[in-house]
Amino acid sequence: MERLVQCIADNVVSPLGLDSASNYQSVKAGKSGLQHYEGIAMSKIDRMAVDVACKRLDIPSDRYTFFEKILLVSSVQAVRNSGIDASSERVLFIVSTTKGNVSLLGSPAGFPGERVLLGVAARQVSDFFGNPNSPLVVCNACISGVCAQIEAMRALKSGRYDYAVVMGADEQSQFIESGFKSFKAVSDDFCRPFDRDRKGLNLGECAATVVLKASDSVPDDCWELVTGAIRNDANHISGPSRTGEGSYLALMETLRCCRPEDLAFVNVHGTATAYNDEMESIALYRAGLTDVPVTGLKGYYGHTMGAAGIMESILSMYAVRDHTVLATRGFAVQGTTYPVSVSPELRVTDGRQFIKLLSGFGGCNAALLYRLNGTW
Amino acid sequence: MVKDYVILESDRAVVNGRVLEHETAGSAMLAELYRAHIADWPKFFKMDTLSKVGFVASELLLKELGETRHEGEEFVQSRAVVLFGTTASLCADRNYQETISDRDNYYPSPALFVYTLPNIVTGEIAIRNHYRGETSFYVVEKADAAQMAFHLSCAFADTVTESVLAGWVDSRHNDDFQAFFTLVRRDELEGLEDRLKTIMDNLNI
Repeated sequence: MERLVQCIADNVVSPLGLDSASNYQSVKAGKSGLQHYEGIAMSKIDRMAVDVACKRLDIPSDRYTFFEKILLVSSVQAVRNSGIDASSERVLFIVSTTKGNVSLLGSPAGFPGERVLLGVAARQVSDFFGNPNSPLVVCNACISGVCAQIEAMRALKSGRYDYAVVMGADEQSQFIESGFKSFKAVSDDFCRPFDRDRKGLNLGECAATVVLKASDSVPDDCWELVTGAIRNDANHISGPSRTGEGSYLALMETLRCCRPEDLAFVNVHGTATAYNDEMESIALYRAGLTDVPVTGLKGYYGHTMGAAGIMESILSMYAVRDHTVLATRGFAVQGTTYPVSVSPELRVTDGRQFIKLLSGFGGCNAALLYRLNGTW
Repeated sequence: MVKDYVILESDRAVVNGRVLEHETAGSAMLAELYRAHIADWPKFFKMDTLSKVGFVASELLLKELGETRHEGEEFVQSRAVVLFGTTASLCADRNYQETISDRDNYYPSPALFVYTLPNIVTGEIAIRNHYRGETSFYVVEKADAAQMAFHLSCAFADTVTESVLAGWVDSRHNDDFQAFFTLVRRDELEGLEDRLKTIMDNLNI
């Protein structure tokens, strides 16, 4: 019998809260973590709040970098909620990040130089749980969080592992800020996904975790990670495809397992750069998803990079359970060549499945499908 | 006997056991190999070291396999590119950090920044060959044939994927790199770990 994959616990650490439920309630109420800082609008996690959380969770905060601390604060809570024994060799640890501890290159802050290596940083986290396996770091630019869940799903279906702790995070630093600014991709003001007047993205900090379980059946009212696909545009390393090729192909592969009319919504990347949102509208149109509600969360969190695919999947799960299509904050007037069903207001849905879509530098694109089993 | 592999190190290039001749080493050797065996992709000169290494290794392998580029829509979607490494973009990270460390001499460049994402090398290979399948870059603690073989096998869970251009690519400095590439086909997964081990025994990782 084919093994199925169930999501049994989750956590989101962001400026809007240190658990998934408080994040969802804040977003539903229209609150955003974005703030104006000197010369830039960004969503940043409060350093003090993280240290307080570390103390509460018995994480020795002086041993870890900020990046490792937010991964730990998120994954420790998710693992405790799941009730699993994360020290078992049957548990796989996967970390999704784009730049990890890269800020140590600029200010080492007393940490050994090797901590800038992503495998070494990930080991700090898996060692905290006493897990004997070598952790896997998924480093596929902005699609890493969806790829990490897809790889966990495959590893669980193979029978090698029974559980996967899949976490993602990125710390914002001058390194990343200057890079995105050099691409002229950053908006001075709060971002406006899919809007006619969108002027670029905001950067954001977040850590998020899902605990996935392999099982023969997924009970009613539990989440199944059904399928997912990764496809390349084969077009340009930093420019989206004009035909939305990779996103279209990833969507079509995902749609093999569900009908468009059964989707509650597609949670898009929606970075609010001119090119990304236009590309996604083309891919959605080509995939026959013009009438399916579309929602983007960058107006609440900014672009959280390694965390995005995981955090946005988690909030989508909470929204489906709440019969809600979350409002796309920052959107007002349709601004893509192909109109998509995006709204600045909350909408009601009875769908029990959603697609999470991401695209990133390197021409990579990824989509996955989650389903809430059973019926209302 | 293990076939279909390429080894590329700072002072050594090997294709299926044959040592390729070269007069230079390090980054100069990459350019020398490019001119001698590839020569028709000037984008090569814009790439960072990690991408250059991955690009040259992939080209040498594909040439040895004798594959025709762009064999139709079905083929290009069925070919995945899955790479592993420990240092990821560290080399490009250091180069980029240097451009932003001095506030008075501050020149962040998008062409440098983009290579601070290690998966760009998978994108470069996909663009060259029109591959529209999966592209993935995994960072691990150390080169471990069992771990790599497991995750390469997982790639075939995507039913569209029929073959994976797979490899290891690391670069600590512009003149210090280690890589191997091989082709993994859906019907050749048995014994993959041993095949990877045999190739890696010839490599200084």
